[in-house]
Amino acid sequence: MPETTLADLAHEVRSKNAGPFWVTMELFMRDAAGYRVAADSVNERVIAALYHVDEGTIRIFRIPSLNVVKVSFPRPVSQGSLLDRDMHAGQHHVPLARVVVPAPPA
Amino acid sequence: MDKVRVLAPSGMLGAGWDHATVERGIALGADVISIDGGSTDSGPYYLGAATAKTTAKAVARDLRSLFTVAAEAGIPVIVGSCGTSGTDAGVDWVAGIAADVLAELGLDLKVARIYSEQDAAGLKEYLDRIHPLPPLGELDAETLESCTHIVGAMGHEPIVEALRAGAQVVLAGRATDTAVAAAFPLMKGMPPGPTWHAAKIIECGGQCTDNPRAGGVLATIDADGFTIEPLDPAAACTPILVAAHMLYETANPHQMREPDGTLDVREAEYTAVDDRIVRVTGSQFHVADQYTIKLEGARITGYETMSFSAIRDPLVLAEIDEWAALMCTVLTQRVAQTLGLSAGEYAFDLRLYGHNAVLGELEPESGPPREVGVMLLVNAPDQATATAVAKVANPLMLHLPTPSMDYLPSFAFPSSPAEVERGAAYEFVLNHVVDCAPLELFRIELEGKTLA
Repeated sequence: MPETTLADLAHEVRSKNAGPFWVTMELFMRDAAGYRVAADSVNERVIAALYHVDEGTIRIFRIPSLNVVKVSFPRPVSQGSLLDRDMHAGQHHVPLARVVVPAPPA
Repeated sequence: MDKVRVLAPSGMLGAGWDHATVERGIALGADVISIDGGSTDSGPYYLGAATAKTTAKAVARDLRSLFTVAAEAGIPVIVGSCGTSGTDAGVDWVAGIAADVLAELGLDLKVARIYSEQDAAGLKEYLDRIHPLPPLGELDAETLESCTHIVGAMGHEPIVEALRAGAQVVLAGRATDTAVAAAFPLMKGMPPGPTWHAAKIIECGGQCTDNPRAGGVLATIDADGFTIEPLDPAAACTPILVAAHMLYETANPHQMREPDGTLDVREAEYTAVDDRIVRVTGSQFHVADQYTIKLEGARITGYETMSFSAIRDPLVLAEIDEWAALMCTVLTQRVAQTLGLSAGEYAFDLRLYGHNAVLGELEPESGPPREVGVMLLVNAPDQATATAVAKVANPLMLHLPTPSMDYLPSFAFPSSPAEVERGAAYEFVLNHVVDCAPLELFRIELEGKTLA
């Protein structure tokens, strides 16, 4: 059986700058079952490993009324610097979207 | 007034919209038009260089659309963060375009300019009243002096001051995205909770609708809450779409700090009025003990030169990481040999587009790519050095074999000359707030007179 990823259970996964010094990303899950999976699977440890950032700086918001899990952390690379390859942080959601998760109960 | 209707034609002046959508907003009874002219989103260059991201022709077209309907309806137009970064040059640039458009339309609207630029010497007087926001640390005078431009992000008060003095068009320097839309309803006595919340939801125009391409939105704010609807009758707002916009570009989706307090939407309720209009109630605003203005500043980090080549040969692509590592090593050696520069005297970034250029070490995919664009970006203290390094790299970007190859490959340059000089590169260095009074850091000019 193919593996289930967060993207498979989401309507949209996106990322963006929240000002020049923070990145923020959102998982808009399709339904409450998908939300439960995302809310249980996404934590500071997972984000720290995916994005090479300090666990203590990560903020996670779980919003069941919208079936949304939101993640914010300080931008690891200064916006516009020589090493910044994603000025708007618009493509940084991809590693999060590809995280393999347990399939929600049918 | 028992309600105020704010028309937001788009998320950015110069982005364009269908003129029929703003006409529809007027027909729905708009009391004011507000639009953002910029932000920090596109990077530090626009503040550092004090130039706009948008083009004059597009800004003129949008102002023509707004001035036409606003003059007929007798309502004000408010533009925030003029010229992308809100520098004084940005305000004057938009004001010049606005003057041309008004003359062309034969209109005589009173235009106010609000300047938000700060000088380092003046701000040094405030150092003990300047506090860092995470993740930055304490500010020192040297950092202030290193900035090419510094702006303060105004709240609604300077805009209200200009409107009260009779301005029909307000061209503001750097303002919070929300202050632009909140100013008029707050002046008319609407409650701050619903006003700031509505302002946040409409800051990006139609992004809170099911068709962000279809133009802007109209927010109607009253004593208990606000409603929001798209200006295009074919588009719809839904409770989920409206609530979700609170998440956009915010680190914290529940609370948002403005100069005079904090918007708090934890108790907000979103209800469908019909299939395309949403009502929001329960938004709160907590006035802060201390008024603060956020500072933005950018400084030059060096000068950049870019070079771009492309690889399609599967034999090279099978070893692309090894090839890139070898490229970095050989380039560093050649630069030392030919230019006498050590690693600390310049810097470069080699990006493999089609392989891992966007995410770098965070890239989760593996396996050989089909084709790869090789971008070399060099940063040096002056343009000539950056270009010299890129020129030294040129034969390598054309011919460097992989570690296992015993012949000379040739790669695909898309243009000649290969080097593109990018000029100065900038970085943001301020993420600080200063304790002050609402009008203290801003200058307001109306019809040649200074108001504050």
